[in-house]
Amino acid sequence: MPLHFELVTPAKLVRSEDVHMVVVPGTDGEFGVLEGHAPFMSTIRDGAVQVYKTPGAAPETIEVRGGFAEVGNAGLTVLAEHVEG
Amino acid sequence: MPSLKELKGRINSVKSTQKITKAKQMVAAAKLRRAQSAAEAARPYQERLAAVMASLASKVSGDNAPKLLSGTGSDTKHLIVVVNTDKGLCGALNSNLVKAAKAKAQSLIGQGKQVEFYLVGKKGRAPLKRDFADRIGKHFDTSTVKTPGFDEADAIGTELLEMFEAGAFDVAHLVYPVFKTALSQDPTIDQLIPVPSPEEAAGDSGAVVEYEPGEEEILEALLPRYVKTQLFGALLEREASEHGASMTAMDNATRNAGELIKDLTIQYNRSRQAAITTELIEIIAGAEAL
Repeated sequence: MPLHFELVTPAKLVRSEDVHMVVVPGTDGEFGVLEGHAPFMSTIRDGAVQVYKTPGAAPETIEVRGGFAEVGNAGLTVLAEHVEG
Repeated sequence: MPSLKELKGRINSVKSTQKITKAKQMVAAAKLRRAQSAAEAARPYQERLAAVMASLASKVSGDNAPKLLSGTGSDTKHLIVVVNTDKGLCGALNSNLVKAAKAKAQSLIGQGKQVEFYLVGKKGRAPLKRDFADRIGKHFDTSTVKTPGFDEADAIGTELLEMFEAGAFDVAHLVYPVFKTALSQDPTIDQLIPVPSPEEAAGDSGAVVEYEPGEEEILEALLPRYVKTQLFGALLEREASEHGASMTAMDNATRNAGELIKDLTIQYNRSRQAAITTELIEIIAGAEAL
């Protein structure tokens, strides 16, 4: 089962796709989110979100600044203020 | 009766005015499309943020709620944030906004509150100054940037939050246009600070959500962002409304100019014929007299 991952900034919806795992730079440390993760909410610090499309694949990194990550039934939603590139 | 030359001059001047209004209309139509898609692109963020807010605000309530959510406890100093456009030629949009802001200010003053204005955009300054010259506070200039983005909303939000922290006001209202169609943009007044408690989302999953660092810390970081998002939304609505209203106003102006040209052309032709007839009569009368 893939994890539904959304990355949203005020300007636009940057990503909305199904992936294997996402590693999010939380304020209290990085955390990885897989499918079926318990409901969780965290502020994030400036850093790279690593997106693993498939198990074992090389991660794709997206630099984000300021925001929140929320894990719910619908998957992982990252609300970032800015996304590099 | 104006002379033929004068009429010709007027027709030409109306024609060049029509060219300008037509060009402006087409520019507004193109920009409207862009502004609308920008407003649509911003919606997912707003929706998600509002949903997160709703779930958090219901958990953190009572005495330990942050000031931005519960208010300062008093209700005497009000700030009215008016979002106007920077450019004119957009029909009654700005005067409607100013009218709404004035009505709100008057009713608050009637209740014995202190009212101050914070103006965004150029066009609201003059009309509001006429009535509330001593109540105009700060002014944020958005005319230097082509299209206001989140950076501007961020700057406005930061300034407002600083004023709130310093106790400059207790309640802030946001007056901005809501784009419905190109024909109608309604001035809307929303409470900005303290953040109105969002309604509990129906069908809450009931699952226990873990928070990191903690509910209050997250809420404290989230509230300023929510205020800024509201401002950003207002700026985007303003853009769309400005171009929509401008398109409609310029369409009317182009049509009016067309009618005016038609009338003037008829008048011109009539006087030309009258002049020819008079000349002929003079020649014939002269020939007969010989």
